[in-house]
Amino acid sequence: MQNLESILAEHRFLKGLAPPHLQELVGCASNVRFEAGQYIFRQGEEANTFFAIRQGKVALEIFVPERGAVVIQNVSEGDILGWSWLIPPHRWRFDARAVELTRAFAFDGTCLRTKCEEDHDFGYEILKRFARVITDRLEATRLQLLDVYHG
Amino acid sequence: MAKREPQKKTMAASDPMLPHPYRVQRVRHETYDTFTLDLEQANGVSGLPFAPGQFNMMYLFGVGEVPISISGDPAKSKALVHTIRAVGTVTKPIVRLKRGDVLGVRGPFGSSWPVEAAKGSDVVIVAGGIGLAPLRPALYYLLSHRDSYGRVVLLYGARTPEDLLYTRELEAWRSRLDVEVGVTVDAATGDWRGNVGVVTTLIPWARFEPSDTVAMVCGPEVMMRFTVQALQERGVAVENTYVSMERNMKCAVGFCGHCQFGPTFICKDGPVFRCDRMEQFLWKREI
Amino acid sequence: MKDLSSRAGLHVVEQEHLHHLFEDLKGRGYSLVGPTLREGAITYAEIDSTADLPAGWTNEQDGGTHRLTRRKDAALFGYTVGPQSWKKFLFPPVTRLWQARRNGSGFQVLDEGQESPKYAFIGARSCDLHAIAVQDKVFLQGNYADPVYKARRKGIFVVAVNCGQAGGTCFCVSMNTGPKATFGFDLALTEVLEGQRHYFLAEEGTELGAKVLQKVPHREATAKERAAAESTVARAAAQMGRTLDTTSIKELLYRNYEHARWDDVAGRCLTCANCTMVCPTCFCTTVEDYTDLKGEHAERWRKMDSCFTMDFSYIHGGSIRASAKSRYRQWMTHKLATWIDQFGTSGCVGCGRCITWCPVGIDITAEVRAIRESKHA
Repeated sequence: MQNLESILAEHRFLKGLAPPHLQELVGCASNVRFEAGQYIFRQGEEANTFFAIRQGKVALEIFVPERGAVVIQNVSEGDILGWSWLIPPHRWRFDARAVELTRAFAFDGTCLRTKCEEDHDFGYEILKRFARVITDRLEATRLQLLDVYHG
Repeated sequence: MAKREPQKKTMAASDPMLPHPYRVQRVRHETYDTFTLDLEQANGVSGLPFAPGQFNMMYLFGVGEVPISISGDPAKSKALVHTIRAVGTVTKPIVRLKRGDVLGVRGPFGSSWPVEAAKGSDVVIVAGGIGLAPLRPALYYLLSHRDSYGRVVLLYGARTPEDLLYTRELEAWRSRLDVEVGVTVDAATGDWRGNVGVVTTLIPWARFEPSDTVAMVCGPEVMMRFTVQALQERGVAVENTYVSMERNMKCAVGFCGHCQFGPTFICKDGPVFRCDRMEQFLWKREI
Repeated sequence: MKDLSSRAGLHVVEQEHLHHLFEDLKGRGYSLVGPTLREGAITYAEIDSTADLPAGWTNEQDGGTHRLTRRKDAALFGYTVGPQSWKKFLFPPVTRLWQARRNGSGFQVLDEGQESPKYAFIGARSCDLHAIAVQDKVFLQGNYADPVYKARRKGIFVVAVNCGQAGGTCFCVSMNTGPKATFGFDLALTEVLEGQRHYFLAEEGTELGAKVLQKVPHREATAKERAAAESTVARAAAQMGRTLDTTSIKELLYRNYEHARWDDVAGRCLTCANCTMVCPTCFCTTVEDYTDLKGEHAERWRKMDSCFTMDFSYIHGGSIRASAKSRYRQWMTHKLATWIDQFGTSGCVGCGRCITWCPVGIDITAEVRAIRESKHA
């Protein structure tokens, strides 16, 4: 899958990953596509995938009774969607809906978890990258919480 | 790249504490608590020249005075335009004025956005909430001298879609092929189909060359701090990043002492500051 | 500047002739303001004759302490500066800036111009002359000049007095602001009491000062009299109650915004604002707009304010400097550090008033010392 590998290497999240590790990742990867309005996954479902968005925009939603679906954040090109595959219980914590036509790489969680256990160096590289994603997301969420534009 | 100074302008010599009467020509309802007033000099004489980023002290007869940034087009200074959020004892009655009513105006005061010095570079404007109002004059200037700049990017964050200012202009700017516009809200409501998330999340993705970019940032102080940090992480030099600060103001001419921010007076050394000059105070508490 | 050892322009006026000075100044239309005994302190007020001066009185000052006491002699200026300074006259604590009248849907400002009295300051000390120069930089040398200050400042006649003794909280020597007056006066007097003699060594500072002196019986000073005056001032210089090391003080304070000492002061400071009221250079004001009940007449007033108040830094939603710590820190770092970047000089003239009049005796010189001498400062 040489073609997929070189495209993968370009994605922001995977930049700098050594070729052998990239190959391991490719083994768990596939190309996916979501139409505008399509739900990628739902809260509560089993979470065994993460997505590296190549193009498009995805809304992270939580359904609140009386308010309906509330979008709490967006992810788009270059972002990572989903880390529930990493930490048990592997269940999605929100809904994800493609806002527009979205193309992504999907990575099989079970496949990846196995490889991380077998090759700790590979596992560390993956975890380092996820740590960055999660901290960025946390910081942004904290800022949202501050409600800086309040009246 | 040469370092740039925020530009300064001084007023004519008459007593700077005397307000001049201006008549309301038009009131535009931007959001549920924010209005834009178009004013003209009551004695009909020509308008008030100003530089983008400057502010006036607006006086409501017998009530009081507040500093409000000028948010109109510097090339069309016959009408004086102010976007005002109704939050206090002076601004709440001001936004209820009608065409023909009179306000007092003193100004313009303060330093301005470095629109001249940014020529030849990419420009990134990051606005939070009402912070878009003092930045709009800079954007007007950039767009009417579009060829003098590289890429022009506007990143704008507000609380909810109902809090977005200048929505029709946002559409118009977005539809231009030579400006990149990113809009986001902290919390989505209704059927908002745009971005949700804080404005700093738009910075990693915007298309500009960090090593040759001038950034102009305005919004709540917390938002500006995090924005400056995100810009630095992207590679924009702190000497090319400008913020607009706000403090309590009573006189606007450097006498009352209220607007001090470290060694600076925001009314005359600011409100626009080059970040490297005051960065140490931006990160300290209760300065 | 003449030093007291040179011959020219130094005269002696006997104490009994001093009243001629007052009369000449009054004749020229000056309102005399000078020291008077009032409410247990020596304060500045309009005076009419030398009889109004606090002859034979002095004061004892220390941290949070002030006492009027009697002298053994009848010196007219034998005290150290009291709670007031000349800013009370140059920059009135309450001023109406303008009035306006409603006019249809608009209004009209009635610009009255500034009427100001012509003051003669009697007994200005060197520290206070430096304070006036500091305020000149604030009010006259920026982009705008304050019209009230400018009008009052222009007309003043200054009779300075060189201190013959230092107060318990004085540190003008550390700040290079005294005790000898070197500028800013029309006439400078040094009071000498020796045995039976009671005279003033008078130094001319301006041509106007020389003209006024012509109307006061005087003669050229002898070498002995000059030496006596000199040693009087030297005695004051040696008696300073406090010292302040100003070496790189700006950098020291800029480096220490988070120093633990600020928390220590905050535990003592009442944020009562006394220091800002007695300080001769503090200039912060607030602006207030008023209207009558009918809403037809409006006025704008300016009043002295203090950075110690909770409201001082209020912007929508809250105060930037809510804690006592941040407000004390603002005052002290402004006075000693940021003032230098703003105006090119220190804001402090070493008069010691803030130490004397602080109800809990907070001592600006001790606070600087504590920071300077601490580890990792």
